[in-house]
Amino acid sequence: MNINELREHLCSQYPDLCPLFSVEFGDGVLVIDADRLHEAATDLRDLGFDRLGMVTAVDTRDEFELVYRLQSRQMHAGIFVKARVPRDEPTIASVTDLWPAANWQEREVFDMFGIVFTGHPDLRRILLTDDWVGYPLRKDYQDERIIRRPDYI
Amino acid sequence: MAFVDDLGAALDKTPGGGIILTSLDAVMDWSRGKSLWMMPMGTACCAMELIAASFSRFDFDRHGSIPRPDPRHCDVMVVAGTITRKMAPAVKRLYDQMPDPKWVIAMGNCAVSGGIFYYDTYSVIRGVDEFLPVDVYIAGCPPRPESLQDAILRLREQVSTDSIAPGKSRALKSELPSSGSPRKGERDAAGGDVG
Repeated sequence: MNINELREHLCSQYPDLCPLFSVEFGDGVLVIDADRLHEAATDLRDLGFDRLGMVTAVDTRDEFELVYRLQSRQMHAGIFVKARVPRDEPTIASVTDLWPAANWQEREVFDMFGIVFTGHPDLRRILLTDDWVGYPLRKDYQDERIIRRPDYI
Repeated sequence: MAFVDDLGAALDKTPGGGIILTSLDAVMDWSRGKSLWMMPMGTACCAMELIAASFSRFDFDRHGSIPRPDPRHCDVMVVAGTITRKMAPAVKRLYDQMPDPKWVIAMGNCAVSGGIFYYDTYSVIRGVDEFLPVDVYIAGCPPRPESLQDAILRLREQVSTDSIAPGKSRALKSELPSSGSPRKGERDAAGGDVG
């Protein structure tokens, strides 16, 4: 299924998601509000996106952008879903109940960015030690053990 | 090794015991140096070179260096790869489980100094010598198995200076006063002729 067929299929089944669909670098992207993410993810799973490829986040310095990669084995198609959460209170609904694969992926995003996934069954740090202070992939992360690269290298 | 340490200390204090101690040291160092069993602490890409070293092309068995999966069998820990701050306690624990006498080889730039992860990283230990006593460093990213072979041979040379008496060491063969190289004299003579 190519990207135009995917758009038609999406629009015929869920017309309210249709205006959010765009194409970036040849991939279908849905940009939705954070509070609507779980509802839209349920629709997309029912549409046939039965596999969650990855969950990650981007620190844009103004806010955090969650990125979900959904894939469909029946349609042979993939789609990105993006949602933005504010930096001062980064909270979003967990999709662990839709795709169990989200469990550890969301734990990693929590570990690195400090984004809280409400409804997650076991939201702990996964890669760093349990007593770690701060979230290292935030752009404003400070750690006295980091040695900054000098300009001449 | 308590018995050997006690024996070494006793021989060291006994008048005339030094002769026996020297002979015993020679036997012990010969046997230790020729069976340096490796604890393969491979955590990153350097481990590929470490694995290749054990197999038929490089065949470190001929040096007596056999990789063993159990730290309690091993004499030398080869730290091959990046050590993160979360991994360091596990490495230290495995090192503590190795019986004395024990040595450490830091293989590759990451284990030596942090390598490419020296700057701008929050998770990598800058050199395994922050928490382990390293005997031989191997530079390279990753080093060839030949470098590891050189390190094993250098470590063997270092092991040959150890004494079983506490606080004593034997001189390196290369540190002993030599009678001068005849080849050097030949070269000087040739240089004089040309001049």
